[in-house]
Amino acid sequence: MNTPKKTLVVIGNGMVGHHFLTSLVNSPIKETYHIVTFCEEPRAAYDRVHLSAFFSGQTADDLSLVEPGFFEQHGITLHIGDKAAQINREEQTVLSEKGVLIHYDTLVLATGSFPFVPPVPGHDRPECLVYRTIEDLEAIATVAQKSKVGVVVGGGLLGLEAAKALHDLGLKTHVVEFAPRLMAVQLDEAGGAMLRHKIEHLGVTVHTGKNTQLITDGEHCVNKMCFADGEELETDLILFSAGIRPRDDIARTCGLEVGPRGGIVIDNQCKTSDANIYAIGECALWNGMIYGLVAPGYAMARTVVADLASQSAHFTGADMSTKLKLMGVDVASIGDAHAKSQGALTYTYQNGDLEVYKRIVVSADKKYLLGAVLVGDASGYSTLLQYCLNGIELPEHPDTLILPSRSDESGGLGPDALPLSAQICSCYDVSKGDICQAIEAGCSTVGALKACTKAGSGCGGCAALVKSVLNSELTKQGVTVNTDLCEHFAYTRQDLFTLIKVEKITTFDDLIEKHGHGLGCDICKPTVASILASNWNDFVLKPDLAPLQDSNDAFLANIQKDGTYSVVPRIAGGEISPDMLITLGQVGKKYQLYTKITGGQRVDLFGARVEQLPLIWKDLIDAGFESGHAYGKSLRTVKSCVGSNWCRYGVDDSVGLAIELENRYKGLRSPHKIKFAVSGCTRECAEAQGKDVGIIATEHGWSLYVCGNGGMKPRHADLFATHLDKETLIKYIDRFLSFYIRTADRLQRTSVWMENMEGGLDYLKSVIIEDNLGLCEQLEAQMQHVVDTYQCEWKTTIEDESKLKRFKHFINSDQADDNIVFIEERGQLRPAETKAQKHFKIVEVA
Amino acid sequence: MSHWQTICEVDALQANSGVCALVEGQQVAVFYMPKSQAVFALHNYDPFAKANVLSRGIIGDIKGEPIVASPVYKQHFNLKTGCCLEDETVKIPAYSVRIDQSHVQINLAYD
Repeated sequence: MNTPKKTLVVIGNGMVGHHFLTSLVNSPIKETYHIVTFCEEPRAAYDRVHLSAFFSGQTADDLSLVEPGFFEQHGITLHIGDKAAQINREEQTVLSEKGVLIHYDTLVLATGSFPFVPPVPGHDRPECLVYRTIEDLEAIATVAQKSKVGVVVGGGLLGLEAAKALHDLGLKTHVVEFAPRLMAVQLDEAGGAMLRHKIEHLGVTVHTGKNTQLITDGEHCVNKMCFADGEELETDLILFSAGIRPRDDIARTCGLEVGPRGGIVIDNQCKTSDANIYAIGECALWNGMIYGLVAPGYAMARTVVADLASQSAHFTGADMSTKLKLMGVDVASIGDAHAKSQGALTYTYQNGDLEVYKRIVVSADKKYLLGAVLVGDASGYSTLLQYCLNGIELPEHPDTLILPSRSDESGGLGPDALPLSAQICSCYDVSKGDICQAIEAGCSTVGALKACTKAGSGCGGCAALVKSVLNSELTKQGVTVNTDLCEHFAYTRQDLFTLIKVEKITTFDDLIEKHGHGLGCDICKPTVASILASNWNDFVLKPDLAPLQDSNDAFLANIQKDGTYSVVPRIAGGEISPDMLITLGQVGKKYQLYTKITGGQRVDLFGARVEQLPLIWKDLIDAGFESGHAYGKSLRTVKSCVGSNWCRYGVDDSVGLAIELENRYKGLRSPHKIKFAVSGCTRECAEAQGKDVGIIATEHGWSLYVCGNGGMKPRHADLFATHLDKETLIKYIDRFLSFYIRTADRLQRTSVWMENMEGGLDYLKSVIIEDNLGLCEQLEAQMQHVVDTYQCEWKTTIEDESKLKRFKHFINSDQADDNIVFIEERGQLRPAETKAQKHFKIVEVA
Repeated sequence: MSHWQTICEVDALQANSGVCALVEGQQVAVFYMPKSQAVFALHNYDPFAKANVLSRGIIGDIKGEPIVASPVYKQHFNLKTGCCLEDETVKIPAYSVRIDQSHVQINLAYD
């Protein structure tokens, strides 16, 4: 039975409009709608909150909030660059500027707001700009090129953000504010003064209490601003950031109720005066309020989705507390920052030396926190916010919350002090109660909690709090936190490493017999295989070692979604001769492999069936290639820039060093993959600071960086040592890698390893450089053994007939797996999306 | 009805690991634990990955039950029953298998 779909039209694809769409498509009710959205701007939703990042090199694409293929995947019709112009409520239609007419069953207005420009004479001069869209920013950048001086009109949040942008563009920057202080909405007088002081210190001039009367031709600059008090200010560029106004014109003309000062009136379900029309975000007026922050807009969007799904949902206002860094200055404001509540008491702490200002507002009975202002140090924000939002009773002396702690007692709130309703993760709105429930249902690790509740998987800012709630709840349940590797070994990876090393254990059977129980599993087997390889470096496919290897190591190739493999030969340092490159092309062609350049400066050949692997490698090895270990938790690549041989800026031979290092550490098994890079000068074209080991050439020798990381959680590497000659550099890397291999957890990258290390970078330096543990000789010997016993694993494999037995799909037939099906795309093969399994039906147990 | 057929000799199996045999057009993953002389057979198809790969998974035990871990997304399947440990609605066919003399024999009857 197919009921015809209803049509839902969303006007506006800004942050809130798009959040609505993403919430909607995650809800089962999306099936009942055909979804259409109008987007007036020439690009779909992007992150306006971080707009200033555009000036620090981010592109419009970087700021995009749209997952690739989002609209197509969910069947949403997007009318981009087309503004919805008219709503006909009787006919239930929307007409766009380009003439698209669409009938709607439900309409959602997410038209946002526009920057308010005070109607002073001259406000429309060509150098007068606003700060809202990417086009606005492009205009600012263009005008700024011809400008020396810039003025931002408006000293609120957005105005100061804009001032930073102008300052970064190299303009002599002024902020002109009508109110007597900066951030008048959020800060009290002393807080505003402290902020002003700090911002002026950074080179931005602040003028408060200024009422602009006229903008006219300047004498030294293009423009001149004349103020009511008779003063004048010469400037080239003028940027208005004097607040926002809701875009309610389309609602007005179709007769929806709007507020006396603008804004589309909505109820608690975000419905307008027409039951078929909702309004969300900055265009909506709820209870006389326009919310100019993104979080309340998101909450409205979720309310509408819930209401459409006939779930009870209410938007009942939003907390406007904010914390941010303005021009490098921490600023936070919570609740009733101005102490307007009746009988409210205030406590203030001011430190002129450190330029810190803190004030809390508490109830007359001194029991509850009503508000707070923090400038210069906002570290107490989370704790104060929890007190305020959750009505937690204050300690006997509330001022201890803002006074610097002089003893060990920390002002932080323990997880037990939080009520179940306390919001822990604001990205996904997860409360302490939600987390406790998940723990009761069996989640006992942070990872499990993340998967179950999503807490901590947004910005990650609450991760520490999630962990402390977990630990506290587990302790209450009488659970001790288990660090055993798995059920077969009551040891950590570090313990097993030591046991294997000291007792010279060389097989898994021996280890589990002496120190474990059971048969082992897919956790302990690969872990032990890796430790054995790090210590003894035996061939990983020896009969007793092969069954321990993880999916990729087991076949010396990278398994792909369809059960085929990809092949990556080593291209040390990314240097490859034309002949070798031709060989790769020929092999790719011969076996019809999909080829792609990797991020590590080599070539990945995809789509090899298991029985083809030895044939492919025979060809590659005959041509002089060797295994690239892309399949191992091991050294992957040493990326390099072209260096001093060619580059006119190169200081040293980065390629030469990269090749030497890659050849030294190739085949080294480690707790996780390891990546290196070498840059020939400080321009850093090899991106060495994003690697586990990064080396940068300087005129005074090599600089060594460690524990960087790209991927899901990027981390900049730390500068470890400078002015190194090559011998010392290699010695340090030997020690560093050996120490990592000895002491890291399973699947722990160097970045996390160091962050969890007590003493951090300084401790690491003391071990590696100063040899405080007296380990360095051992660490170097451990590495030298691996270097001396290197073998190309593929060469060993194809030379031994008995090893090749494993590389067949069937033991009793030469047929290939007929479930592997390719289709062509862009001139190459790729896996066909297999529809249904041909072979058997999965038995579904009810 | 039982119908045992020989698919290969014991020495064709991989110790503490799996291999795949083609039996009446079906892909059957056969796992061998020489210490206990145990053999297990499951269909080779991983319903999560939608690929014929289970014979290449790591085997072992969880809470005393013999298992194989999918080499693609690491779900665990009970070698005796085919039941998925992570998702109880998923069960893959498990077959009777035995070592008779040195012959590995399988019975595809499946209920």
